[in-house]
Amino acid sequence: MKHDFSELRLDRVTRKFAGAGGKAFNALDELTLTVKRGEFIALLGPSGCGKSTALNCIAGLLDLSGGGIWLDELRIDTLPPEKRGFGMVFQNYALFPHMSVERNIGFGLRMRNLPSAEIAPRVERALKLVQLVGQAHKLPGQLSGGQQQRVAIARAIVVEPPLILMDEPLSNLDAKLRIETRAEIRRIHRELDRATIYVTHDQDEALSLADRIVVMKDGAVQQIGAPPEVYGQPANLAVARFMGYRNVLTLDVAGLDGDRVSVAGPDVALTGMRMQPLVGHRAAVAIRPEEIVVSAPGGANTIAGRVDNVEYCGRDALLDVVTASGTLLHVRGPVSIRREDEVHVRVPVERVLVYPAE
Amino acid sequence: MSAAAADTIARARFDRALLLVVPAAAFMLILFVYPFLYGLWLSFQPKEGGWLANYLHFFTTDNLYPTIWITLKLALPATLINVGLALPIAYAMRRKSRYQRIVTTILVVPITLGTVLIAEGMLLYFGPKGWLSHFLQLVHLYDGPIRLTHNYWGVLISLVISGFPFAFLLILSYMTGIDPVLARAAATLGADPRAQFRHIYLPLLAPGLAMCFCLAFVQAFSVFPSAVLLGSPAGPTRVISIAAYEAAFEQYDYSLASAIAMIMGFVQLIIVAAVLGLRNLFYRGPVSGGKG
Repeated sequence: MKHDFSELRLDRVTRKFAGAGGKAFNALDELTLTVKRGEFIALLGPSGCGKSTALNCIAGLLDLSGGGIWLDELRIDTLPPEKRGFGMVFQNYALFPHMSVERNIGFGLRMRNLPSAEIAPRVERALKLVQLVGQAHKLPGQLSGGQQQRVAIARAIVVEPPLILMDEPLSNLDAKLRIETRAEIRRIHRELDRATIYVTHDQDEALSLADRIVVMKDGAVQQIGAPPEVYGQPANLAVARFMGYRNVLTLDVAGLDGDRVSVAGPDVALTGMRMQPLVGHRAAVAIRPEEIVVSAPGGANTIAGRVDNVEYCGRDALLDVVTASGTLLHVRGPVSIRREDEVHVRVPVERVLVYPAE
Repeated sequence: MSAAAADTIARARFDRALLLVVPAAAFMLILFVYPFLYGLWLSFQPKEGGWLANYLHFFTTDNLYPTIWITLKLALPATLINVGLALPIAYAMRRKSRYQRIVTTILVVPITLGTVLIAEGMLLYFGPKGWLSHFLQLVHLYDGPIRLTHNYWGVLISLVISGFPFAFLLILSYMTGIDPVLARAAATLGADPRAQFRHIYLPLLAPGLAMCFCLAFVQAFSVFPSAVLLGSPAGPTRVISIAAYEAAFEQYDYSLASAIAMIMGFVQLIIVAAVLGLRNLFYRGPVSGGKG
């Protein structure tokens, strides 16, 4: 077991599973990634995208079908999980139900045969870090979900692993607790300064926690980048869809001027940024509802339509705007707008992302 | 609140599904509680002497009171062997695999054979002129006579053969009920499969093992056919059920036979109570590690 490292290298890590009809499919297809010490990486994608498979491969809970995993110069993908010494936080906590909080947290230290004189203060520190002092003698069953998750985090970090793996640790918590625990995970990560790989399907979690986000789909990496990059410049339409670009319109390409593309439909004419080389005369346009504003008629990138539905969101409202020919746009607009209102909406050129049509 | 209103509430709360318990309860009353109480009453009605005469007779007669010890000497080792063997095999079979089904099937087949069939097979196989003896002599591994039937060992082997599948199935079902993610969590914390067994599986299985031990023990303690067919029912395998049988159907002393049956039940009760008492020392809660 290594106590520290400068980089974790995944080299074309592949995992096949037997699919329907005995045909093997790649749950994880040639994942290549280098994680630096202290970095917080989020693996983001819809369920079935291979993100948990990747995490289990790193943890040693799944064997690889191909590729290798290296910790600096040490090849670790052939080691069993107990020899890798990573800390892992499971989605359903996986606390040992027959052990007190204290014994759960101390488990990894006992497995490392540390003297009890050393275990006790380290468990104490971990309890303090996750703010569970005073709960040490309870059984996991006597704790709330949020507390259980904090015990699971404490149990994983108390052994001071070089790498912490988290598998959707917040998905079983309610909305309020999720945001609190999220902040706590960020704080703990800062304090420990260890690399963390965090699996989630929630883009907000990934954006708020990670230094770099790995967006995955169908076992393959779609994009690796810092949160603003993935948020603002999705590499392809799949990433854009996943990052909240709810408006995807397929339109005709009308003209090209460097990176700027003009696209047009029956009653929609837009100019946007080309994100990928275009093929053919059709293109897909991705726009976030937040980036469309209700405006005065006239001017570039303005679309006229009628409000078909209003969802009140407090600060603003989510509007469904339908053009004369029936194109639907999701728009965030002021709460003053009513259903059946005729409106004009506009979107800045830089925020119209143009991808090849599917 | 008026009495009538309270009555309607009580009536509304009565769950008619509870009526489904009636057949089982009637079954228990007619086939267990009544015969038991009748036997208990009968055991205090000896042919001659005071109301405790049967019990006094049992504990002072040379071919009666030792049967308790003889039966325990068969039932306890057989139970320990069965539970002890089933535990590691069930641990090895805990993950679903293509072998799990085959191995489980092979191990469970003996449960479908009657004791008599097993005895028949054992006589053929383990007997002095059986295949095992022939084989050992053929390869000159052991040339002396092998005595594995018509003695203590014959009965013990038969109890293991017929009792093992039962213990195995029971433990396997407890084992597969333990969330495998717990073992994985333990592995990431540095526990090898041995340590996972010791620190995770064993403590969580303990109550189930106690239960399995009790059931297997009660089954072994009431051994009868194999003690007659494979043992020496006059000597070292004269188990307590043989004594009861002889009293009832050879001496036609139903009262004495009832007393022996009561003693038999009492011994079983002591062992079961002791084991279940031990069970309370262990954790007995849910065996999953959080929200599912």
